[in-house]
Amino acid sequence: MMNNIVITDLRVVRGGREVLPGISLEVGAGVTGLLGPSGCGKSTLMRAVVGVQQVRSGSVEVLGRPAGSKPLRDRVGYVTQAASVYDDLSVAENLRFFARVLGVAAIDEAIDRAVAAVDLDSHRDQVVGSLRGGQRSRASLAVALLGDPDVLVLDEPTVGLDPVLRRDLWALFHRLADAGRVVLVSSHVMDEAERCDRLLLMREGRIIANGTPSEIRGDARDIEDAFLRIVEGEAVS
Amino acid sequence: MRTLAVAGRVLTQIRRDHRTLAMLLVLPCLLITLLWWMFADLPGAAFDRFGPGLLALFPFIVMFLVTSVTTLRERSSGTLERLLSMPLGKLDFLLGYAVAFGAIAAVQSALAVAVSVGLLGLDVNGPVWLLGVVAIVDAVLGTALGLFVSAFAATEFQAVQFMPLVVVPQILLCGLFVARDSLPRVLEVISGVLPLSYAVDAMQELVGTADEAVVWGDVGVVLGFALAGLALGAATLRRRTE
Repeated sequence: MMNNIVITDLRVVRGGREVLPGISLEVGAGVTGLLGPSGCGKSTLMRAVVGVQQVRSGSVEVLGRPAGSKPLRDRVGYVTQAASVYDDLSVAENLRFFARVLGVAAIDEAIDRAVAAVDLDSHRDQVVGSLRGGQRSRASLAVALLGDPDVLVLDEPTVGLDPVLRRDLWALFHRLADAGRVVLVSSHVMDEAERCDRLLLMREGRIIANGTPSEIRGDARDIEDAFLRIVEGEAVS
Repeated sequence: MRTLAVAGRVLTQIRRDHRTLAMLLVLPCLLITLLWWMFADLPGAAFDRFGPGLLALFPFIVMFLVTSVTTLRERSSGTLERLLSMPLGKLDFLLGYAVAFGAIAAVQSALAVAVSVGLLGLDVNGPVWLLGVVAIVDAVLGTALGLFVSAFAATEFQAVQFMPLVVVPQILLCGLFVARDSLPRVLEVISGVLPLSYAVDAMQELVGTADEAVVWGDVGVVLGFALAGLALGAATLRRRTE
């Protein structure tokens, strides 16, 4: 399996605080879940993969190139935690604008596909500001799907969504991954762990476990239980 | 191409916001009428003296405010971060805003000039369209400075506070209240390095002796400041942030 995201000794300092004290990891094709409590450094790590985070030292390579470098800018789709769309434009207008920025060739088809993928067909001409929270974050997700990117970096895309919708979105992530894409999804909800092909458990800026859900679970009850065992095991040793 | 995408998007946003659009277009006309009314009972051509200056002030102040608040919104909503992770040049972003607000300024000043010259009897000796050119360059200047200061504001509240800092001294020293050559020497020198002074000079020249070469010289200075402002604005746009 080719490793599409390679992080080596990444150190990030924000406001005098070491958020990532030097982590190394590799992410391949498939759906990889980045799980950990709020404030553990998930977003910072994802920002570093997209190339919008100032890093102190270490390297982040995506598809064999430095993160954030020019050739990657239309190959990496990114969804920030806040819905990064324009509230005063409709869903379709938002998508049209971002498609033009991405230089998408067949804009209308790309918009249709993105809207259908996040199930917003019935709201496509509605102004984003009048959508409910979950619909807004789906509009933001649709923007990330526009350019048919090879790598998707999704920061908590399913937070607060209805269970049915969450299931549909995870199915979408797997469809995207089955076509060979890298899908990196963060969540602070441990029960989403079982839906991932691989897991990265994160705590206080460090990766404390890296493997398939069943490997990490071992004989623990669930991933949350496994997480606790790892943390408590560390405290003992 | 991407510049036009940004400009088109900004214009769509403003078109959607009817109240802002109405304020942008109607308010300058009302204020210039108010100024004319103030001088209505006084002898002499006082309106001819202050009117042109006001025509230069509107596009500058309005675009400064609108731009600093909208770009701050882009920074805090995450849309700027998303755009800078995409294949969008910083100049595409800045020029997109400049084009959009320049276009609005063109309509805004066309209306204000039409009211001033057509209804209120402002005497313009130079070509009337040149008033529009000055207003557009002036608006681009306001946009450029607004983009620049938005980098130093953490909230919209702070962004608005930049107006007394950046705009008011320029209004005081631009020659509208006291002719620039009658200012104390130090203030005269300061007035000479503030861009708004040249925009007001250009407007007054058009109403006065109307030497087109002088007007174009002033326009060139304002445009130079605007381009420098855009360059500074580009320097504050970082793809990587803390």
